This record gives sequence, C-alpha cells and structure tokens, in this order.
Amino acid sequence: MSEVFVMDAPETVAAPRVSEWKRFLKILFQRKLVVFGVFVLLCLVLVAIFAPLIAQYDPYKNDMAHSLQSPSSQHWLGTDNLGRDVFSRLVYGARTALEVGFGTVAFAAILGVILGLLAGFLGGWTNAIIMRAMDTLMAFPMIVLALLLVAVLGAGIQNVIIALGVATVPGYTRLMCGTTLSVRENEYILAQRAIGAKSLRTMVRHVLPNAIQPVIVLVTTMLGNVILAEASLSFLGIGIKPPGAAWGSMASAGFRDLGTHPLLSFAPALAIMLVVFAFNMVGDGLRDALDPKLRGKL
Amino acid sequence: MTSLPNVAQAPAATGSDETILEVQDLKMYFPITRGLLKRRVGDIKAVDGVSFKLRKGETLGLVGESGCGKTTVGRCLCRLYKPTAGQIWFNGKEISSLPEKEFRPLRSDISIIFQDPYGSLDPRQTAGSIVGEPLRIHKLVKSKAEYNERLESLFAKVGLASNLMPRYPHEFSGGQRQRIGIARALAGDPSLIICDEPVSALDVSIQAQIINLLMDLREGQSELTYIFIAHDLSVVKHISDRIAVMYLGRILEITTPEELYANPIHPYTRALLSAVCVPDPDIEASRARIVLEGEVPSPVNPPAGCSFHTRCPDAMPACRTTVPTLKQVGNDHEVACLAVTPGGG
Amino acid sequence: MSDQTTCGVPAGEEMLRVKDLETQFRVDEGVVRAVNGVSYSLREREIIGIVGESGCGKSVSQLSIMQLLQRPGKIVGGEVWFEGQNLLEYGPKSAEMRAIRGGKISMIFQEPMTSLNPVLTIGRQLTESLELHLGMNKKEARARATQLLDLVGIPSPASRLDDYPHQFSGGMRQRVMIAIGVACQPKMVIADEPTTALDCTTQAQLLELMLSTIDACKGSLVLVTHNLGVVARYSQRIYIMYAGKIVEQGLCRDIFYRPRHPYTVGLLKSVPRLDEVRGHRLVPIVGTPPNLIDLPPTCAFYPRCSERTERCLTEPWPDLTAADGEGHLVRCYNPAERTGE
Repeated sequence: MSEVFVMDAPETVAAPRVSEWKRFLKILFQRKLVVFGVFVLLCLVLVAIFAPLIAQYDPYKNDMAHSLQSPSSQHWLGTDNLGRDVFSRLVYGARTALEVGFGTVAFAAILGVILGLLAGFLGGWTNAIIMRAMDTLMAFPMIVLALLLVAVLGAGIQNVIIALGVATVPGYTRLMCGTTLSVRENEYILAQRAIGAKSLRTMVRHVLPNAIQPVIVLVTTMLGNVILAEASLSFLGIGIKPPGAAWGSMASAGFRDLGTHPLLSFAPALAIMLVVFAFNMVGDGLRDALDPKLRGKL
Repeated sequence: MTSLPNVAQAPAATGSDETILEVQDLKMYFPITRGLLKRRVGDIKAVDGVSFKLRKGETLGLVGESGCGKTTVGRCLCRLYKPTAGQIWFNGKEISSLPEKEFRPLRSDISIIFQDPYGSLDPRQTAGSIVGEPLRIHKLVKSKAEYNERLESLFAKVGLASNLMPRYPHEFSGGQRQRIGIARALAGDPSLIICDEPVSALDVSIQAQIINLLMDLREGQSELTYIFIAHDLSVVKHISDRIAVMYLGRILEITTPEELYANPIHPYTRALLSAVCVPDPDIEASRARIVLEGEVPSPVNPPAGCSFHTRCPDAMPACRTTVPTLKQVGNDHEVACLAVTPGGG
Repeated sequence: MSDQTTCGVPAGEEMLRVKDLETQFRVDEGVVRAVNGVSYSLREREIIGIVGESGCGKSVSQLSIMQLLQRPGKIVGGEVWFEGQNLLEYGPKSAEMRAIRGGKISMIFQEPMTSLNPVLTIGRQLTESLELHLGMNKKEARARATQLLDLVGIPSPASRLDDYPHQFSGGMRQRVMIAIGVACQPKMVIADEPTTALDCTTQAQLLELMLSTIDACKGSLVLVTHNLGVVARYSQRIYIMYAGKIVEQGLCRDIFYRPRHPYTVGLLKSVPRLDEVRGHRLVPIVGTPPNLIDLPPTCAFYPRCSERTERCLTEPWPDLTAADGEGHLVRCYNPAERTGE
C-alpha cells in the first residue's frame, strides 16, 4: 500500500455549483397560476406607470352630457353617472391601488422587521414591551382598526397608508420576532459572538438576512390584502374619496346604478379580485420557492 | 482497588513550562425559571468546581458523556457564558469577570471550533467572508491586499483551494465545512483554540483528515494550545497531551493519555475505557467490560458527596457525604476519589 | 461482563439469503442506486456486521428486506430468501409480510425518540405486537410485557407500562426498543446503528443487553454500524459496504487482520485506536464519499483509492472474488497484498 499518496492536497473539488437563482425561478414558475399571477401583476405595474398614455380621457373630468353610457368604441367600459370614462378611471385606480399597497407594505414591513428583530434578538424587557404592544394592536380586527384610525386621521391617500400600515405592523413584527428567535439559536450566531462581533453587527448582517425570507412572502400576500382593505375603506366612503380614482369608491358609486349599468361596479370589483388573487398566487409560489425543505428537490 | 499506581515514566508533555491558562473552581449554573415573573426554582449545575492548568503549546482533552459539562467549560473559557463563580486566568489576566467590552479584544486570541459544521456557518455568507470576518471585526489588516493575502494563506493552511472562497456553505461537504470553521478560528492568530467536538459530526473516513489537520497546525506553531472536547475517548487520546475525565460537572481524573490507558484509577474512568471498542477482534476478546448500572443523575439535583457514588461499584459510605478533591497520585496524574491514597509525584 | 466475542466461530444453518438486492430512489436529478446488487447471508445464532459510512446503503438494504421503504425508494431487483420463501414475492402490505415484521424478523432503530409512538403508552406498544403475532389475550400480553421490561432492566416494570415514551430517558427508551424488538422471540433481529445516539457507557450497557436478550431467544443479529470497534467485538462475519455495494466480506479476523480492499485498509488506518502509541499518525482516506446519483458503472471508490490503476477506470466494477480465508471475498482489481498476522 503506497503511503506516499497525496494525503493533504488542497481540496479543490466542491459539489457542483447549484445556481440558487435558477432553482428559485424553476420552483416559482412551476405552477401555471403563479405564471398567471406574475403576468397580471406585471400588467398592473405597467398600466399604473403608463396610465396617462393608456387612458384616453381625464379620469376626473365630469361630462354630464355623456353620463351613464354603455360600452362603445369611444368608451370601452362606458361612463359613470358623472360622465367620466370608466376605463380611464380603472387605469388610474391601478395607480392608487399600487400606491396604497406598496406604501402601506413598505411602511409596515420596515417598522415590523425592525421591531421584530429587536424583540427577538434582545429578548427580555424589549421583547415584552414590543410584543405586548403588538398584541394590543392585534386584538382589533385589521379593518376595524384601520377604520378607527382613518376616522381619526381623516380620509386621503396618506392617511389610508398610515392607518393600514399601523393595522398591519403586528403581523410583520410577530413573524420577524419568531424567525429571529429561531435563527438566533443557530451556532453561527454563537460563532459571531465568539469572534467578537458586536450585537448590532450580528443582528444586521447575520440574523436579518437569515430571518427575512418569510417576511418577503408575507409582504406579497399582504399587498393583496392591503389593496382589498383600501378598496373596502373606499367603498365605505372613508378611504379615498371621489373624485379620486380608487376601485373601492368606484364600485361604491356604481352601486346605485347596479340594476341598469352593472359594469360600473363589476369592472372595479373584478379588477380588485384579479389583483388580490394574483398577489396571493405569487405569494404562494414564493413561499414554495423559498422553503428550505424543498431545496434540492428540483 | 489500586492503592498506589506504578509511576509510569510518562514522556514529557510537549510545550513550554509557561502557563497559558489556569482555571480555578469554575462553576456555571444555569437557572431554571418558572412562571411569568421568571422565578428561579433551581439550577442546572452544568459545571460545579472545575480546576486545571494548561501549559503553552499543550493540548488538553476534555472527555465525558453528554451532560457532563465539557462543552460548558469550553464555552466559559471563551466567554460565550459568563461563569457563575471561579476564576479563569489567561496569560496572567483574570478574564472570567471582565465586562464584554474589555474582553472583546481577547476574542481573537481565544477562538472556538464548533461541533456542527452545518450549523456553525452562516448559510448566506461566502466561505471567504466567513473566514475573513474576524479580520474585519478586529481590524487586523490594513489594506484590501493584505486582507486577501491573509485569506489565501488561511485557506491554504486548512487545505482548501482559494478558488472556493466565493462559494456558499451548502456547496461544501461536511469535512470541507469543518475546514472553513477551522480557518475562521485561525484567522485572529489565536494562542488558544477550544475544539468542541470538531469531528464527531463527520463520517469515519473524514474524521482522520480533520484530526491530522489540527495536529499539523499545532506542529507548525509550537505556541498553539488546544482544549479538545470530545466524547470519543479514542480520538481524545490520539490528540491530547493530557486528558481530563469529566462527570456531572467535575473533573474526576486528569493525566497523560498513556497513564490513563495503562493505569486508570477512578472507577468511572475504568468503566469509560472499557466501554470503548477497539477495532481489533483479538484485543477485544481479551478486554473485559465494566458495565455501569443505572444512568447519569440529573445535574439539577446531583448526588451529595462524590457525584459518581450512585453508580460506583466500589462506593463506600463516606462517598455519600464527602466530596473528593483532585489528589496527586503519580507523575502528572491526579484523581478525585476517596478510595485512593495520595502519593507519588 | 461478558465473553460473547465469538469471532470465527461458525454458527448454525443458513436462515437468510439475500441475492442481488437492488433498491433505487428516483429523484429529480436522477436515480440513486442506494443498494446496488447486494448479496449476503445469515446463519442461525450468528452475528454479522454490515459496516459503512452514512449514505453507503447499509440502512436502506435492511429496510428493503423488511419492505419498509418509503417513497421514492423502490426495490427493483433481487431475492430475499427466508425460511424457504422469497420475501420479495409478498407485497409490503401483505398479511405474510406483516406477520414476519416484528414476529420473525424485528428491527431496532437508531432513533429511540422517533421510533416509539409518543401518544401510546409503552405497555400498549409492547402488547400490540404480542397480541398480533403471538395471539395472546390482553392479560397474558401484559404479563409478558412486564416480564420483558424487567428483562431489559427497567425498574418497577409493572407500573412503568402505563407511562408514555417522553417519561423515559434516552437510554431507557432504547431499552424499551430492545424489549419490543425481542418481544416475539424473533429468529432474526436487525439493529440499525442501535446505540449511535447514546453515550459510550450507555452504548456498552445496551449492546451487552441486546446481545444477551437475543441470545436468550436464540436469535441471529445483523449489526448495522459505522463503528469498527463494535463489529470487532461482537460480529462473527463482516460485510463492508461502499456506495451501494459490498466491497469486501469475510470472517471478522480476516477483515481486521488481512483486509484486502483499499477502502477497508483505509478505514482501519484512519480511525484512532485506544490502544495505539502516541505519535502514531492517522492515514486518512482522501476526498469525500461519492454522490450516489447516476454513478458510473466503474468502481465508485476510484477517486479516493490509493491503489487505483488505468483498468479501474476503463472496466466496470469487478465482481466479488475469492481472497484467502473462508468466505473472504473482495471486489477490487488491485487488492492489497496478502499480509500475515
């Protein structure tokens, strides 16, 4: 037996490189509904960005002479009781929906992630105070809390964002706190302390990136929920008020003429449904694609 | 029972006579709390009075079964836990009660290798970044060029090609991951490394690679001191200059590997030795097994007196009341057992 | 204390013969040939050791014999002859197979925590197989269960029958597993890394216990482990597995004193031994165990082998061929030189 066989040659071979990104996309687009969802959302974003180019009419200008028209080549979806072009209003409504959606989610997610990270990582009193505050907020149903806040703050897009944001913060905080608690138990966090890293560095560079994934999934599904909630508030007349173009208020306004012009309510309602559904599908897809248990299965 | 062991001429332990670490009566109790107000209802006495000295360049093996407190001792030494009581003198400085802020600069001098090569590396960090982290934290390098140079030499030292630096932990095998962990432990140029079960999570054929690596690193740098924690007596015996046998938070016997194998004195050590199988059928056929009765008592409520008396085949009435202390019984051989008369040395 | 180290003592008649067993796992990346043509036999009152590293197929081969494979595992070929009957002709869920599992062949697993049902009392889990396989009534089964717990050294067995698994410590649970394993006086027990999760002294306790209880019911034992020391102490014959194949087999003494396959030789040189002298350097096996997906038909040990030649890469993995010694077979083109004691 030859003893001279290269014993301690450097190990150059590692497992073949697996592209995380490729694997991620593969699982994500495995389901047809996710592809559909992504397509819908892509359209929605494009429509929102290029709204002025897509809408042929001013969505806010009344034109009583042409009120309550049926769909035609001039007005693809007809006009409402004030003679505004429904299609144009829908297009601008997409803008409102996305503004509220992204605004709320960004506000709530950032705040929730910071609070959850602090509560989970520091534990003790910090945890007790933050989490009890969140429990209190969670005691109210989201929509009721948002209603209350909007009633106090007044209507308008900014206030809707704040109200929905505060109402949804506990979800992010709880989730982040939970994942932080489990990530914190890993030996690599202990290893950070052993090599002398300060808590803040460990928290930001090691705990945060490992604990954030579930939040990404939550953000996606919450986008749908928030858009729905905004529509509900607007439908109830305390969110974004006419003449602002919001799907909720459009559906509400069209309600009076439901019998004669069902499209006035159904078009925005359908838009809401489609978008919420799309966000939920993409959220599901993301959850699967980010699930470590499915890693290596494809 | 052996009254006086024949004093074996143990080979002088490697390393200088300079003491790098001295541990005195180290205790680590973890409180058990209950209820909303975190009322303390008891303690897990993980480490209950451990003392030893370590010379520069020496390797001390800590061996014992799960729950004996060996990992806790290791974690106290690198201050991942703040000891409940006792002193730790590192290079003449008492470190057990230093505030974290003052201890932090020392963290590059005392490092730790963890057991689990899967859990101890951040999955979202590249191998290079993991190994370089201590350099960045303690600002041990002045320039990007020096940083890269140091990284390359660290990778070379542990036998990993430097083109593997941009890879993520999941792309490596268990043995390779453990090499990354070792490189990280070496980054701060430490004088003391706590090796906490560094091979027990690895495949049999890989263990030898890592053991050899650790021994080669020690060869290359005579000042490097290890505390090697493991439950596998064969591995500990292979790498250590001295071995401390732990049971329920205390050291029962501490001596050289040769002496431990040829002349174990404490009944627990003898049982532990006899429980290990040697891969040699003829030798196995000639070795008798001492099978211990019962199980390890709970560290929440350890027995009074000698903690081993509940399972000891040679227990005497006095063992139930008196806590034995480590006594010199021979050249570099200390035992904590009431049945042993001190002598030798 | 025990003197059951019976290396080299031939046992009784052959009771199990496994022929060319093949088990595959179909995964998205390809086919994992976990067990790739494994043959072995077991005689009455014999103890054999199946040794290998994690992922070499040693556990899967045993699960295949019991037909306890979970998807996507599938037996694709081979025969398992037990008492004149090919077990693979029975379906995994057939009444015949159920009667054999736990009745004539039983299995003791590595993880005592997960292999006991947490919501059933220990007594229920013990009496279940007694009632099922031996047709005992409740009262008889309970009496026998008490007796079994006593046999494996559990204090006050009668009262502990009504406890749940979580009320037992790890070592105690493993004792219960042994009790369940020998409950029906099986002809054959398969112990899959039975003590790996336990401490040294508990390991020793339980191995001795297992041996004496199996001996008491005149059974045979298949010891599946990665621990060379354990097989050296207990087994009469040894099979060394690597990447789904048996690479060397023979009497215990042949394997330890006259190893021929480079992998066996490497394994023996790479483990630290309690009886070695200081300064001895371990000779590790380089590299890492192979990924079993779509392995080439050539020798899977080739990348790590110290004796490899051109031939190993061009010709398929050789068959097991006779080496010196009774039943000593090796699967290698360049087996190590014959060495004396």
